[in-house]
Amino acid sequence: MQRVPLVDYLVLDDEPHLVAAECTGCGARYFDRRSACARCSGLAFRPVDVPTEGVLTTFTIVQFAAQGVEVPFVAGVVDCAGTSVKGNVVNTPPDPEHVTLGMRVRLTTVPVGTDASGVEAVGYGFEPVSDRADEHDH
Amino acid sequence: MAEDVWILGIDMTRFGRHRERDPLDLGAEAALGALRDAGVGMGDIGVLAAGNLIGGNGFGQLLQKQIGQTGIPVYNVANACATGATALRVVVMAIKSGEVDTGLAVGVEKLSGAGLLTGNARREEGGHWVRDGRYGAVAPLDGRVGTETMPGVFAQIGMEYGYRHGGVDFELFARISEKNHAHSTLNPKAAYQKRFTLDEIMNDVMIAYPNTRPMCSANCDGAAAAVLVSETKLRTLSLEQQRRAVKISASVLTSDPWQEACQVLPDINTLTRQAAATAYEQAGIGPGDLDLVELHDCFATAELVHYDNLGLCEPGGAADFFRSGATWRDGTTPVNVSGGLQSKGHPVSATGIANVWEVATHLRGEAGDRQIEGARVGLAHVIGLGSACGVHVLEKSAA
Ligand SMILES: [Zn+2]
Repeated sequence: MQRVPLVDYLVLDDEPHLVAAECTGCGARYFDRRSACARCSGLAFRPVDVPTEGVLTTFTIVQFAAQGVEVPFVAGVVDCAGTSVKGNVVNTPPDPEHVTLGMRVRLTTVPVGTDASGVEAVGYGFEPVSDRADEHDH
Repeated sequence: MAEDVWILGIDMTRFGRHRERDPLDLGAEAALGALRDAGVGMGDIGVLAAGNLIGGNGFGQLLQKQIGQTGIPVYNVANACATGATALRVVVMAIKSGEVDTGLAVGVEKLSGAGLLTGNARREEGGHWVRDGRYGAVAPLDGRVGTETMPGVFAQIGMEYGYRHGGVDFELFARISEKNHAHSTLNPKAAYQKRFTLDEIMNDVMIAYPNTRPMCSANCDGAAAAVLVSETKLRTLSLEQQRRAVKISASVLTSDPWQEACQVLPDINTLTRQAAATAYEQAGIGPGDLDLVELHDCFATAELVHYDNLGLCEPGGAADFFRSGATWRDGTTPVNVSGGLQSKGHPVSATGIANVWEVATHLRGEAGDRQIEGARVGLAHVIGLGSACGVHVLEKSAA
């Protein structure tokens, strides 16, 4: 089946990962298209792979959202070895017993749907890393 | 050296639901109230700055047609939830520049029943995936890649403080809301004047953990306006006008400087810290000198981080600071004695002037049942996502 990524910065190869545009001048990283660097105004960017594992630095459990958005879901920010990434926490119950600040998570793909031509759109989320002894450190 | 700017008159409508009145009615009530309070007329006003996000274009000119068309320059301003503070700041700059000696700032919003404010509306699902926008997204991202709802965004901002400093949980945030709702019972201008128990707050409808419904700012209608004058002009006015005038000892507006994580979650901390530092320097005071603070508690989770951002507590110590009772109205640094945005309400463009009205009213000793006795210095803070931060430090007249 043909697949398309939900966003340009998601790469769907054998090991799905995110790719950021890194400013060649100062190293600032962006996930959207930029005209120039917000930090140094530099004009040159290079693509860099973002580590797929990280730490959940904040989250919320959204119970009430715009029409058409399925709730509840967990929205958060993951520190992937120095690059902050926005994403949902998936594959775990959406409650504060299972989702905790500082928990280790890793990138995974999430189906979005299939269009009229049979093309599947694929998004991403972060799931708990369960095979670690230190997951409850925080 | 630019001269000092004073609040000569200031007013706000009651916040709440005004079914029969449109934004012009509300804006006119606040503007005419501020002029009356100042003891001047539209003929004395040299500049008008006006904010109204929902109402459309040219609000300031439409307002003039209700209160007086005198041909003065109008600046229609927009800066999200900092729009009112921005209008005030525009008038301050005009007076400091020496171009005018008297100006009027007005902010109005009608938001009752607006429902949940999200970052953007959801697009229709199409028959084929089409890449759109700067992320090349083939489907709406709200709910798929994080959340664009304001309760969810600000929930993350509060929880991130907990990740960095610890000591933060659902109950702590709920207790902040308990404080503000308790304060609101003394404020007749508040949209809601209902005291909630901690249990009621924690067991209310969850909007975005840890923010339940009473922990979110209330969408409502309202307006606020202020007449500002130069120090030179003030000294030509009556002793009574001089006695009631409130000095603007700092007026600061900042935007958010680049920070690593601000690309994925709005950073409301850095620009508030920079605004506060500049304001304290301008005013020649420190946070310890503040007798009261009105800060932007659009959600309970936001109030916590601003204790730290405004330097009211030790760095990282916002949770302990709150638990000490410091920010209750009988504490060492009363915060949001008006009830805050959670109960007073948050008619977006009016908020930044209404916060200043609250502080000014205490400094004048005219706050009635909720008067903070002997208040001499206060601070008003607002944040508009995007972001813009306004901080004003006010001082009681020495006269
Ligand atoms: Zn750069």
